[in-house]
Amino acid sequence: MSVLVGRDTRVVVQGITGREGAFHAGQMVEYGTPVVAGVTPGRGGSNMTGVPVFDSVQQAVDETHANTSIIFVPPAFAADAILEGAAAGLDLVICITEGIPTLDVVRAVRFAQERGVRLIGPNCPGVMTPGAAKVGIMPANIFREGDVGVVSRSGTLTYEVVNVLSEAGLGVSTCVGIGGDPVIGTTFTDVLKLFRDDPATHAVILIGEIGGSDEEMAADLIAQGYPKPVVAFISGRSAPPGKRMGHAGAIISGNTGTPQSKVKAFGKAGVYVGETLDEVVKHVGLLLPGRT
Amino acid sequence: MKLYEFQAKQLFASKGIPVPRGEVASSPEEARAVAQRLGRCVVKAQVHIGGRGKAGGIKLANSPDEARDYARGMLGTPLRGLMVKRVLVEEALDIDKEYYLSATIDRTSKRVVLIASSKGGMDIEEIADTEPDSIIKHPMDPAYGPMDFEIRDVMARAGFDPKATRAIGTIARQVYQVMLDSDASLVEVNPLVVTGAGAVIAADAKFDVDDNALFRQQALAAFREESEEDPIEAEAHRRGATYVRLDGDIGIIGNGAGLVMTTLDLVTRAGGRPANFLDIGGGAQADSVRAAIEIVLLDPKVKGILFNIFGGITRGDEVAKGILAGTQSLDIKVPIVVRMAGTNAEEGRKLLEGTNLVPAAGPIEAAEKIIELARR
Repeated sequence: MSVLVGRDTRVVVQGITGREGAFHAGQMVEYGTPVVAGVTPGRGGSNMTGVPVFDSVQQAVDETHANTSIIFVPPAFAADAILEGAAAGLDLVICITEGIPTLDVVRAVRFAQERGVRLIGPNCPGVMTPGAAKVGIMPANIFREGDVGVVSRSGTLTYEVVNVLSEAGLGVSTCVGIGGDPVIGTTFTDVLKLFRDDPATHAVILIGEIGGSDEEMAADLIAQGYPKPVVAFISGRSAPPGKRMGHAGAIISGNTGTPQSKVKAFGKAGVYVGETLDEVVKHVGLLLPGRT
Repeated sequence: MKLYEFQAKQLFASKGIPVPRGEVASSPEEARAVAQRLGRCVVKAQVHIGGRGKAGGIKLANSPDEARDYARGMLGTPLRGLMVKRVLVEEALDIDKEYYLSATIDRTSKRVVLIASSKGGMDIEEIADTEPDSIIKHPMDPAYGPMDFEIRDVMARAGFDPKATRAIGTIARQVYQVMLDSDASLVEVNPLVVTGAGAVIAADAKFDVDDNALFRQQALAAFREESEEDPIEAEAHRRGATYVRLDGDIGIIGNGAGLVMTTLDLVTRAGGRPANFLDIGGGAQADSVRAAIEIVLLDPKVKGILFNIFGGITRGDEVAKGILAGTQSLDIKVPIVVRMAGTNAEEGRKLLEGTNLVPAAGPIEAAEKIIELARR
């Protein structure tokens, strides 16, 4: 068991003939993920490292029964790729692309919602269930199979915590990168609900950062009663207000998005917030049922 | 990217949103000439700060000479640290009421929200503190845009004068439209003034454009004025690096926004003060790593550099090559601590052996080492 991606996942790579798309399609295949199709308009009929390429997502779905897409399309065209994926009736669309105009994302999120299609990202590292499927760009070799669900707004920080987990002898059920943009398809709260209902997940690590109030809402959900231990981390505690720290969404504006507010919200919900990732992993180890 | 008030008002006027008569001036004499045409007027410093009135950046002038004198006092002097290069000279309005109206992207509803309040004229944060119940927020469905009844409802809940709601409703729709047309992330009219004669006028304007959309907003991109940015940030921007200048003395370079942010936190926690945020991004090649060192060293306060790399798409050996290229070609007098993990980290560490670069096993150790070395 796992959430979002697993043994039933059949992946179509949107933008498979681009540099990033081609490289990561290869990496996903190497990991054993069933990559059944690629899409690049105008390149239908060709193939990339054994994966058939189609002109449209609909064709790819009709021919290969793909149910999940991953998007490596440049920012100016990526929102259209989300719309196309959602229109083709996929279950899940994962958008890796960084730098999409926010108002385009607003429209794409609305369109996907209306069709019951889950969108992850944009500006995210993707989703990985170790031992079953990698639909993303994370380095697979640092992952161990296990029972800790990881959800994060950041890419490299996710790799860092997964690495610390693995070194501590712990493993991951599913790792979900939700993305660093201000508007994203799936939030912490959404993923916490998925982990709550996943028998393979026994504890959750949540990696948040400054900006927005997604962490506060996650804390509210946990405060209402969450059946599994959650440990959190907040990045950007020393960031000055008004400065955008790399991620478009990582900015303290006025009195919203401050680390103090997030730490306080988790504290009220009884969630331990580690000051370092080592502390986070140590704490998860202590909270996992059946281990000390 | 933030537009200046006068730029935003030009855009407003082109879309039919009523703004006060006025002109921008960059010398006291120009300000006087504009005031002569307008009569009683307001002189407004063009800088991106909140609370401009309280900071002395808005003055009411009763004569052209007074306008000139106020302009002289503002031009060429910093206002809360930002140099005033221009003033906007505008007709003074006969103010009956001051409202607040804005459209912005709301992360929670994932939609554009229309925000209205009858307590205009102060910062929205101040309104939120003192009169939170006066702020009415309404998310709009991107598929349909604002509907007339929604706007009427927002105005009624905000307590707007029924005599003015027809004109304000039109402005609300125009604000939404200009937001879409210009890829704005914020369009704020504060105050929206109802004059004694019953006219509704956008007396001030804040306008933030989504940087991700500048590729298709050529006309607005021309408004960008590099000299306003921090010079090192401007140089980094030209070279395509994600760099934010801070006020400490430890240069920080890493891959991935979250990792770099956390590295800043670790340095701060260990008692150091970061000089910058620099993200080399995913899959960085040796030359961009070398360029990153150069950019960080443009800041004369930097007493040491910390590299924190967790390889994914980025390869440790490639980063190491970039660091070596930097240390060999640049005259670097500050210590450099390198922490490397992930893809090809082993190969990267080998390349750095036998040099004066200081290795660190983990991020916390790296932070402690660079602080200690920078203090020497």
